[in-house]
Amino acid sequence: MNQYQEIARQGLWQNNPGLVQLLGLCPLLATSSTLTNALGLGLATVLVLMSTNFVVSLIRHQVPNEIRIPVFVMVIAAVVTAIEQLMHAYTYALYQSLGIFIPLIVTNCIVIGRAEAFASKNAILPATVDGLMMGLGFTAVLASLGAVREVLGQGTLFDGADALLGSWATVLRVELYQSDSHFLLAILPPGAFLVLGCLIAAKNAIDLRQKKKQQQVKTITRARVTHSAGAESAAGGN
Amino acid sequence: MSFRIASSPHNHSQQQTHVLMRKVVLACIPGIAAQCYFFGFGVLLQLLLAISTALASEALILYWRGKPVLVRLKDNSALLTAVLLAVAIPPFAPWWIIVLGTAFAIIVVKQLYGGLGHNLFNPAMAAYVLLLVSFPQQMTSWLPPQSLQAQQQHVLDPVCTVFTNFSCAGYSMTQLKTDADGMTMATPLDTLKTDLAAGRTVTESQQHKIFAAIGGIGWNWVNLAFLAGGLWLLQQKIIQWRIPAALLGSLALCSLLAYLIDADRNGSPLFHLFSGGTMLAAFFIATDPVSASTTERGRLIYGALIGLLIFLIRRFGGYPDAVAFAVMLANLAVPLIDYYTRPRTYGHRPNSHKHKGVH
Repeated sequence: MNQYQEIARQGLWQNNPGLVQLLGLCPLLATSSTLTNALGLGLATVLVLMSTNFVVSLIRHQVPNEIRIPVFVMVIAAVVTAIEQLMHAYTYALYQSLGIFIPLIVTNCIVIGRAEAFASKNAILPATVDGLMMGLGFTAVLASLGAVREVLGQGTLFDGADALLGSWATVLRVELYQSDSHFLLAILPPGAFLVLGCLIAAKNAIDLRQKKKQQQVKTITRARVTHSAGAESAAGGN
Repeated sequence: MSFRIASSPHNHSQQQTHVLMRKVVLACIPGIAAQCYFFGFGVLLQLLLAISTALASEALILYWRGKPVLVRLKDNSALLTAVLLAVAIPPFAPWWIIVLGTAFAIIVVKQLYGGLGHNLFNPAMAAYVLLLVSFPQQMTSWLPPQSLQAQQQHVLDPVCTVFTNFSCAGYSMTQLKTDADGMTMATPLDTLKTDLAAGRTVTESQQHKIFAAIGGIGWNWVNLAFLAGGLWLLQQKIIQWRIPAALLGSLALCSLLAYLIDADRNGSPLFHLFSGGTMLAAFFIATDPVSASTTERGRLIYGALIGLLIFLIRRFGGYPDAVAFAVMLANLAVPLIDYYTRPRTYGHRPNSHKHKGVH
């Protein structure tokens, strides 16, 4: 497995910021009431992560160790401000519905966390790929949370997608069921906690099952190494 | 014969969990009967739905968790949760309300936290909050007492309404809630809250027919019946006096103070004690041994806290009744209360930890 595959595996599954590191829970829970909002914030975070990782990696030799954190925060703040202005200009409806959570990406622990833990120690390309993969992992969790909550709460998917993708996207809106009484709890914050808990439990269950499978495979290979000739020559070779 | 060697304590109470739970369920019977008398047989249908859902979801989760299903089902705790939720929700609420609520109570609030004895919150009340927050309209549609209803209730009306939203004669919930004079009826607490918000005084609000008795027609008897059941539980030593006494005392004190300060804008203490879910909360819900405080002083604090919260939310909050919210908030405080009210270890002097440095 080469370096980039490993980075992708870490970001998307093994060390997923939303499910394993549990970083950035505040935007994760607050903006995932609909799939559109979740995707919007997720994509903004991907952009921020890639850009900050790129810049931080670029300047990593020039920044004195003692003041690296303030410098990283400055870089992040600058990038987030730029992204916020872009969203203000091009996706105004989404900008309004996400509100304070766009500028708050500055305080998202994933961004400073990746800058400190990865980008400041690695070359530009791996750092940027790491930003992309961590961001995509975060977006995936955000989007699945948003999808589950939107279906439970309103019975729709991609409601208001035109705010993110332009007017053609109204065709994406899917109405799964029509109900007089919406399940309000799914849209309210407690629903986010409950659904996130279920997602984490599901990930842990999948990991556990894989581990069990690998262990079974291992015991079989070990049982084969019984005859002395091959084993001895291997030992001598070492 | 074989001699069983057991460790201490050798002299223990014979009250086993399933007996305890069964007695609490039995003590609900007077309250349920009073509800049937005043509000119709809807509560029995809700009980049926709740109990079957509770047992089914409990069995399902126990099977998934690889626990002995039948043994755990027989401890009656799921039964009790179902009964408490069923008496708390409006008797004519649609069937999916109670099914969803009971399943949530058992699966999420009780079993996901580790099963009986591990749940942080009272399952019935957590489910009630879920339902009230999610479906406010269905959860506040209490019918007026039968004596005030414009339409004569048919025996099968609960079945029709719960499953189709319309009574057998085809009346909708809104029509059923209307009295003979064409006024929409709400619960006494709800009526008082709406009137106070509209700037009327308590005396003006109590011109409504529903206030013909302290606590409101029907509601006073339902509360008295739960009080009777609770007193029987006390006599049977299933529950202790501390939590109910502290809860009722603190609610009475708070409402008395408010009533003395401004009688125009506060219901009387008796109104607070005998309306809504006060007695049910005091004797059946707050005394849940798992989610309540376990120390003697802690129980007094816990009960008083619930009483205070009930008063505050009823008086200043957005919801007419507050039992479920108050109990859940107090449940959150239980670890803290227990930590600061740990009883003195036998043989240690009071405050002995302060002298540790000397020895």
